[in-house]
Amino acid sequence: MRAAPNVAVMADSSIEAPWLSPSSRLWKMRCLEAATVGSLVALVAGAATGQKGAIPGLLSAAVALGITGLALWFLRRRFRSWSYQERDEDLVVRRGVAFRRLSVVPYGRMQIVDVTAGPVERLFKLSTIKLHTAAAASDARIPGLEPVEAARLREQLASLGETKAAGL
Amino acid sequence: MRAGRIVPVLLIALVVSAGSHGHADNSARVYDLIAVVVVGVAGVVHWLVTKWALDGVTLRIESGLLRRDARQLPVARIQAVDVVRPFLARMFGLAELRIRLAGSSAANGRLAYLSDPVATDLRARLLAVHHGVDPATPEPAHQAVAKVPTGRLIGSVLLSGGIVFIPLVIAVVVLVQVSSTAAVVVGSVFLTYGIGFVQDVWHRISTQYGFTVAEAPDGIHISRGLLGTVAETIPIHRVQAVRLVEPLFWRLFRWCRLEVDVAGAVGREAGGGRSATSTKALLPVGSPEVARRLIATVIPYPQPQLSRPPPSARLKAPLSFHFLEAGHNDVLATAVTGRVRRTTTWVPLVKAQSLRRIEGPLQRRFGLATVHLDAAGKRVRAEFRDRSLEQADSLMVELASLSRSARQEEQRSRNLPSPGVAWDRPATSPTGAVAGGTAPAGWYGDPGGRHDVRYWDGVHWTAHIRDQGVAGTDSC
Repeated sequence: MRAAPNVAVMADSSIEAPWLSPSSRLWKMRCLEAATVGSLVALVAGAATGQKGAIPGLLSAAVALGITGLALWFLRRRFRSWSYQERDEDLVVRRGVAFRRLSVVPYGRMQIVDVTAGPVERLFKLSTIKLHTAAAASDARIPGLEPVEAARLREQLASLGETKAAGL
Repeated sequence: MRAGRIVPVLLIALVVSAGSHGHADNSARVYDLIAVVVVGVAGVVHWLVTKWALDGVTLRIESGLLRRDARQLPVARIQAVDVVRPFLARMFGLAELRIRLAGSSAANGRLAYLSDPVATDLRARLLAVHHGVDPATPEPAHQAVAKVPTGRLIGSVLLSGGIVFIPLVIAVVVLVQVSSTAAVVVGSVFLTYGIGFVQDVWHRISTQYGFTVAEAPDGIHISRGLLGTVAETIPIHRVQAVRLVEPLFWRLFRWCRLEVDVAGAVGREAGGGRSATSTKALLPVGSPEVARRLIATVIPYPQPQLSRPPPSARLKAPLSFHFLEAGHNDVLATAVTGRVRRTTTWVPLVKAQSLRRIEGPLQRRFGLATVHLDAAGKRVRAEFRDRSLEQADSLMVELASLSRSARQEEQRSRNLPSPGVAWDRPATSPTGAVAGGTAPAGWYGDPGGRHDVRYWDGVHWTAHIRDQGVAGTDSC
């Protein structure tokens, strides 16, 4: 009778932790950012070249908008590439389209967990978590977390870092 | 003495201003004189009010006249005691003690200035108390490993930066024949770079002059300096990574440089939570044999078997492919990178901070990926560059689990009650080596077997013994 729960626990811990992704609001935020910058550039370009006639003005505005579209396509892929996984001993963060990066940061090595939210992020009620270790290069950053998830992750990381802390 | 540094400058300023003003302005001279006197008096007062005392387990340092600053430095937490002698202090036979503690760097102690013998004696006593032995125990003798000859130091510094000047000099010489205005332009560029270069050369030579490396039970001792001298200790367990650098022109002479990254402060409390690491030269220039010996001391692990990237990496990195090598075993990761500056990095897995896998667009075409094993510091890592995808994936799994078990192992051994730390490290008896007389001084297993350890002064067994960390005397 006693053996059964143990087996269940063992089976449970051997299951890989799920890969989680940033909130879909991050994509909306990126869209807004790209659209704002793109339309501003299109306006300026259109106004500048529009003095020589309507056709070159419209053309340059269209080019600017086309580039914005391309940027959006790239941003979409980049947004979808972000994911993270909380394993038993370390946090894994995956990101990047052209340069695909996979970072593994052991909980015992975390020195501080930064939670930041810029003005645009606050507008979308999102925040970014960044882990710092003694190595400047270890870049475990997760953007676009919803407040509940960010708080949970921060608490989780802080307590794990506390229990598994290792000295230099 | 801190003020002593300012006094000569002020005196020079005084002389200069007196010379330029002549007899015209006497009041300015009076103000200058007052400034000199104030600074001088402040220095003397600072020295007068600085007091220190070593009472058993703490070193107390009190300083400051208006703002009293009393520091209690627990001797048990001492990491290293450095003896620094700035130029002016050295002229007066004085020295400064810098006491580095485990933990935040803000708590480090500075004791300036003591007379030379007092400083050396205090250092020995601090270290003896730290290792739980009788304070009167002499500091174990160092075993000198290498001394950098001045000629080689100058040559290496010139070779690493001076090469750039050869084409410039040729350009000036050629242009003088052709056109004088062009020569002036190139010459002025030459002069601008030249001044910076001379400054750099001077800095490197004056700080690395007379570089001596020695091994001691508590770490690696380094003494260096031309005008001001520094004697410092690098505690071996603070070493995060070791790098062997072989620049292109140095390889002609089989020279290399050995650098270590040392954790300065661990600390959530220190420097905004970032741990301060510093890079130190363990050997500014030397032969590979000496470097290898130092590496064996600093990283006491077996060397891993190195392997090359797959042949497809030849297309991605045609120039550096022949140099790329990397490998790891249970405790250590080693990687070689670079064509012009060949760099070999050793990162003990216990010290690994994070693990990264990067796959660039070009690498993806050839089915390659790079794995970085980061250690504390800026750009400190063992780089498994251009590995096949399967190998990179298995490296990510292996290195993560190996460094985890290495960390757990270290924590387990740290929690065990252990008498003393590094002082006792050479646990083997030196008697076998007595015939040659080469065994370095230190604590070794008692040959009589009555006590845990007995102090060996390099020639004879002494009466100093220790049992489970408690010091005592018993003649052998």
